[in-house]
Amino acid sequence: MHELMNTTREALYLLLSLDPALWEIIGVSFRVSLTAILVALPPSLLIALLLARVAFPGRWFAISLVNTFMAVPTVVVGLVLFMLLSRSGPLGELRLLFTQRAMILGQILLAMPVLTAMLHSTLQSIDQRAWETARQLGAGWWQSLWVLLREARFGVIAAVLAAFGRIIAEVGSAVMIGGNIEHFTRTITTAIALETLKGEFAQGLALGLVLLLLALVLNVLLGVMRGRGHQTVSV
Amino acid sequence: MLTRRLSLFATLALSFLLVSGAQAADTVRLATTTSTYNSGLLDYLLPKFEEDHPYQIQVIPVGTGKALRLGRDGDVDLVLTHAPAAEKAFVDADYGVEPHGVMYNDFVIVGPSGDPAGIDGGDDATSAFATLAGQGATFISRGDDSGTDKKEKHLWEEAGVTPDFEGFRAAGQGMGEVLKMASELQGYTLTDRGTWLAMKDKLDLKIMVEGDTGLFNPYQVILVNPERYDGLNTQGARALAEWLISDEGQDLIDAFRLNDKALFHASAGEKVDPTSAVHESD
Repeated sequence: MHELMNTTREALYLLLSLDPALWEIIGVSFRVSLTAILVALPPSLLIALLLARVAFPGRWFAISLVNTFMAVPTVVVGLVLFMLLSRSGPLGELRLLFTQRAMILGQILLAMPVLTAMLHSTLQSIDQRAWETARQLGAGWWQSLWVLLREARFGVIAAVLAAFGRIIAEVGSAVMIGGNIEHFTRTITTAIALETLKGEFAQGLALGLVLLLLALVLNVLLGVMRGRGHQTVSV
Repeated sequence: MLTRRLSLFATLALSFLLVSGAQAADTVRLATTTSTYNSGLLDYLLPKFEEDHPYQIQVIPVGTGKALRLGRDGDVDLVLTHAPAAEKAFVDADYGVEPHGVMYNDFVIVGPSGDPAGIDGGDDATSAFATLAGQGATFISRGDDSGTDKKEKHLWEEAGVTPDFEGFRAAGQGMGEVLKMASELQGYTLTDRGTWLAMKDKLDLKIMVEGDTGLFNPYQVILVNPERYDGLNTQGARALAEWLISDEGQDLIDAFRLNDKALFHASAGEKVDPTSAVHESD
């Protein structure tokens, strides 16, 4: 217990004293995960729109497929990407393995199912009339889409927050395809794994606190969004 | 009803205590380094020990830093590590008792067969390291405070280089992962011979430098100080340590082969001096 108190105090000190090594790692995590979300959002939105608005044979199966991908363990995504990007793999020539780009790629693959599934359910629950009214009032296709997205904005933000929470907290694929290289591909989670291995518990705990705080902020935001979303629906 | 539940609970609790008590009496927890574990030496030695002794050994493979930390925290009964300076500090601070030298193995420098830095065939590790730094070659470092990592840091120091040259990558992972990374990125790395032999068929690398006395690597077994913690299995730990340095244990270590190569050289009775052949600093 005494040890735990000491470690926690040390961890807080590291965070609050703006320990550069610690904040560099936090920076890498955020840069990689935010990039992944930004890249993953447009295609996810497109797929979600297709699934929500276009009736095609096998649509229910496509929806099941998206939900299935949500359950794929991150280490499996890491392993598959590793095999693709490895020197002996089909994409070895790209020399992407153990770079931030490879990590972003992995996180895009992890974020897309979450984004697609949540966006799909949001777009489905939006009143059909929003689209039709816009079309009847002479709005073009793009304008109508804009109206629809404005209607669904809280759902979109909720999806983004949930996906971001998932990818910034995952360690399996990050360590496999990023390689935990210092100053380069070392993220919050891979650093926690390493510091624990080294017996440097305070460092690990400090980074863990950052993730905990982030989860809290994301969940509060999500709660706020859900509440606001409901209000706009009920009005 | 309530009394029935209570008695059930009490029975369960009691049986749990009995089980865990029984387990504590004959289980010995050994923290060792990933490189030792990966070599397969323990899979070969421990069953032979368990045949003649009433103990079961649970092996916890981690980096040297974590192994000594587990010992310091009383989470294991003994450690088998290879970082003389850190081990000396561990014993001096009274965390560990009865240190014994058990064996030696050695490190090798491996790299891509193209050898862009031109260090192949050398037998001087320090000058090879100086060349790698001068060339800005791709070098994958363990960077995880393991015995191997401490060794590598010492070699940079000997070479008079600060390892921040173009191409230096600290991976903060185990030996196996680092070897895979070196193979993927076609870089150089320092590895223990055991992990190298176990993995070399899967790697696109070859040995560049070996045989320098500065690459030797002594192992010690150290008991966790029983006066610091209750509930340690010191008796079992001592039985294992003494068996490792007995004639039987030492002969078995010498007879161990990996891919037809001897990996460890028994060295019980030789004092491990933190400033000796494998001088190494923290």
